[in-house]
Amino acid sequence: MNAVFYISSLVAVIATALVVTRVNVVHALLYLIVSLLAVALIFFVLGAPFVAALEVLIYAGAIMVLFVFVIMMLNLGARGERRQKALLNPSIWIGPGILAIVLLGELVYVLIGQELPPTSGSEVSPKQVSLALFGPYALGVELASVLLLAGLVGAYHLGRRVAPPRAPSKEDP
Amino acid sequence: MCEAARSILVVVGVLAGAIAIAAGLIWVERRLLALWQDRLGPNRVGPFGLLQVMADMIKIMTKEDWVPPFADRAVFVLAPAIIVVTALLSFAIIPFAPGIGVVDLNVGLLFFLAMSSLGVYSVAFAGWASGNKYSLLGGLRAAAQMLSYEVFMGLSLMGVVILAGSFNLRTIVEAQEDMWFCIPQFLGLVIFVIAGVAETHRLPFDLPEAETELVAGYHTEYSGMKFGMFFVGEYIGVTLISALVVTLFFGGWNGPVLPPIVWFLLKTSLFICLFILLRATFPRPRFDQLLGFGWKVMLPVSLANLLVTGAVTLARG
Repeated sequence: MNAVFYISSLVAVIATALVVTRVNVVHALLYLIVSLLAVALIFFVLGAPFVAALEVLIYAGAIMVLFVFVIMMLNLGARGERRQKALLNPSIWIGPGILAIVLLGELVYVLIGQELPPTSGSEVSPKQVSLALFGPYALGVELASVLLLAGLVGAYHLGRRVAPPRAPSKEDP
Repeated sequence: MCEAARSILVVVGVLAGAIAIAAGLIWVERRLLALWQDRLGPNRVGPFGLLQVMADMIKIMTKEDWVPPFADRAVFVLAPAIIVVTALLSFAIIPFAPGIGVVDLNVGLLFFLAMSSLGVYSVAFAGWASGNKYSLLGGLRAAAQMLSYEVFMGLSLMGVVILAGSFNLRTIVEAQEDMWFCIPQFLGLVIFVIAGVAETHRLPFDLPEAETELVAGYHTEYSGMKFGMFFVGEYIGVTLISALVVTLFFGGWNGPVLPPIVWFLLKTSLFICLFILLRATFPRPRFDQLLGFGWKVMLPVSLANLLVTGAVTLARG
């Protein structure tokens, strides 16, 4: 199982790096989907099949489809590629790159000192996940649902069809 | 050793069976459509036209496999494979009979939903990569349609999960020994079948490829075996949805006298015929009607079904 973990981690890292460097947006999205699938596999190996299934179902299957949908609708084509190429100019990414490498170094330093947990623990069943969600983490679930509701109301407001302007009539107060 | 050989045999058998049934369906569908529309259908090649499948295969394999120069080559080639792979992977979780099945997964039902949600990419990317406006419109329609109907598909199955108390398909079949779930979950069944037709984008929900408006939708630019993959993928999808309807709502392998596997296959073929009858009967709706029907009718009904099922289960303790 350790080998599966390392292989899928490697796939996830490579795919994510490719997401950043692709010029074509749809190709970047394809790599992002691969990265999410690899992360789902990591969850599965770590003994959380329920979370793995949800990762594929929600992130790879639903949210990314929306991304694809919007990008296909905008269909930026060559114009978008030129803009992406400009972003890959070293003068733009070298600053954030150095800062990110510093953070990565700190993360590795912290992790090296720690005792690492075993990669394959006991399997967490759907029932345990639900009990945790609606027990100790009920507040988090409620907050997330309020956030989603706000998003829904906002989307409704933005997508609402504006009534055609009426000619002012004398009956109106 | 014997155990390993057995599981490999089951995997190969399921794969070969699914593909063979999907290929055979090409003939079955054309003959049944002809029967219901008072025509003859393909009856020239071999007895009853049975060899028509072979003739079609030879034709499609030997056609020129062409990638248009304006297409995005890598994505164009990848897209048709996705639909076949995700549909075939879903067969892994179906319990055909006691002891026959590829994998006994605890989150089996979620695995199916996950695979069907990945299947959307096939048509969406095919439409985009073709570099053709009709294909792109077909791909956009497919993405919107499948994303919408996935929601009700998942919700309609939760009633079954509540009654059986598990996502494991084997446990769900065993829970139906006394009563098939099509009785307490009739609404769930209706919603699942409608969503299943939409997911496989067959008539009356074949708007992504509506040939009267969009040439052939997302697969306009495809030819040869790449087109064949979409074609076979659709039939594998039909077989998969039928097998799932049987597993989830009609007691799976349960049935008197005959051996379990025979019951399973009989029930599945009945539902495949129902799918074909739907195609022979219904006209195609407009796209806004399709989405409106989904969000305004199917969503409230499936939520109400979930609420009532949960309340009744809670009340009965």
